[in-house]
Amino acid sequence: MNLRELEPGTADRELGATILAVEGVSLAFGGVKALTDVSFEVREGEIRAIIGPNGAGKSSMLNVINGVYRPHAGKISFRGETRTHMDPRHSAKLGIARTFQSLALFKGMSVLDNILAGRSLMMKSNLLLQALRLGPALREEIEHRKRVEEIIDFLEIPHVRKTPVGRLPYGLQKRVDLGRALAAEPRVLLLDEPMAGMNMEEKQDMSRFILDVNEEFGTTIVLIEHDMGVVMDLSDRVVVLDYGRKIADGTPEEVRASQAVIDAYLGVKH
Amino acid sequence: MEALRRPSTIAFFVLLAIAAVMPLALGQAKFPQWLEVALGGLLTGVLYSLVAIGLVLIFKASGVFNFAQGSMVLFAALTLVRLAEKMPLALAIVVTLLVMIALAWAIERWVLRPLVNQDGIVLFMATLGIAYFLDGFGQAVWGSDIYTLHVGMPKEPKIILESVFDGGVLVDMEDFVAAIIAAVLVAALTLFFQKTSTGRALRAVADDHQAAQSIGIPLNRIWVIVWSVAGLVALVAGIVWGSKLGVQFSLSQVALKALPVVILGGFTSIPGAIVGGLLIGLGEKLSEVYLGPFFGGGIEAWFAYVLALVFLLFRPEGLFGEKIIDRV
Repeated sequence: MNLRELEPGTADRELGATILAVEGVSLAFGGVKALTDVSFEVREGEIRAIIGPNGAGKSSMLNVINGVYRPHAGKISFRGETRTHMDPRHSAKLGIARTFQSLALFKGMSVLDNILAGRSLMMKSNLLLQALRLGPALREEIEHRKRVEEIIDFLEIPHVRKTPVGRLPYGLQKRVDLGRALAAEPRVLLLDEPMAGMNMEEKQDMSRFILDVNEEFGTTIVLIEHDMGVVMDLSDRVVVLDYGRKIADGTPEEVRASQAVIDAYLGVKH
Repeated sequence: MEALRRPSTIAFFVLLAIAAVMPLALGQAKFPQWLEVALGGLLTGVLYSLVAIGLVLIFKASGVFNFAQGSMVLFAALTLVRLAEKMPLALAIVVTLLVMIALAWAIERWVLRPLVNQDGIVLFMATLGIAYFLDGFGQAVWGSDIYTLHVGMPKEPKIILESVFDGGVLVDMEDFVAAIIAAVLVAALTLFFQKTSTGRALRAVADDHQAAQSIGIPLNRIWVIVWSVAGLVALVAGIVWGSKLGVQFSLSQVALKALPVVILGGFTSIPGAIVGGLLIGLGEKLSEVYLGPFFGGGIEAWFAYVLALVFLLFRPEGLFGEKIIDRV
């Protein structure tokens, strides 16, 4: 399923300027070091993968980027603004959206409402006007609904738009999660194992969506994934973490050839 | 309302209807008298619903079962009745509402915020603490006597349908006004929850804190809003109950009746809280009057809890609750 090869001209793309950078980030939970002095940067418009064995600190890294965790050392720069830590609401305002490894959807709400909720930050009109569906509030609602319907069509889930998300099969829930993140029209999309637990067909669909998002909307994507095939196909550049340290950084080919990476994945004789 | 079409729901309502008209069929009661009992039960049920709505609101928006709802009712009523001694009633209501909003803010700041992302049971325990604090604090500040609250509710019962039935049907006007107030409140809350982006944000927070934060929903502000709304509902319930029974410590115990109501109606459904309240009010009155003589009375005290127990066994999500599907 080499999707890159199916679409000529995308394999060697020009990368934009740095949009997101982490510098010397360290994070510990009690005595457990989750991240140690990790630095890397993400360029505008690229698909950047973070890989590594279990417990390497990949999810922690995403959580630092969108502000769920506060790193003990280091800096995060986003669109030219440098800070020591983020917070989830602020990072959402700046244009960082994310999906979750274990689904974190609003299970009782319909697909439509879940994705609409993704536009929370863009809802401007007054509460009373909204409740009564008056004037500007109605216009705003229609505009949001239009954008949400586009996302629903894009993700090919129009048939379930009114279904409570908790009742959907796993693969579709993952799409709703992506849809909710897309609804915020983010500059950077953080995807935490978007294909975990999927079968081959579902993985292909999801890969296609990710590539389309990247190409059609120009959204920069930071992606954690376990499936090596997927990572190598999708990403422009790859960061490899092991025990919370960065052990390699480069194009898929470079990373695949790196001895440190091979050792981390296959183990070394002592 | 998909839940209404489920066979078990239909069976339940059919059984209930049969049970309710039994006294008529057996010739135990005459229709006007039966209607009087039934109406009285329904109207009392509305009062249960008022407290239950507060429970449902907080449960929907934060996944917390708020044990302190009854104490909030007492606290709101106490605050209002003591303030009304010093100022005009309308002003006292506004000030009490502000106090309830301040209370919501304080609960968010000092109780909920330190407990973000904790399990529901931890938050539930915290609300137990809030309940005891409010009971004590309210009485320490405002005194623990029994106060009478006059808000201009009609006290005289009224006889209606005199032309239809011999002697007419006696209706408690106070309960009737309470029912209208409850209806308005529910309409407003439903609009708020279903049609506004804040309502959507509230429901989102209820389902997943972390995901809600990641899409930019301000968790803290949402909690202040939802506890304020629950405070408003508590105030309304406090006014209605307080004017009926007097403002006294036992008001905080009405929440105990609201528990079976939400079990019946479903923890996540405002219409469920209404229907649950009505069913329990109706059921306990009818069974007290027509079944009571066979058991030596006192059914009213336990009817609601037995019904709730049956529901927990056969339909734990309640009549209107979201069906609980846990993937393992």
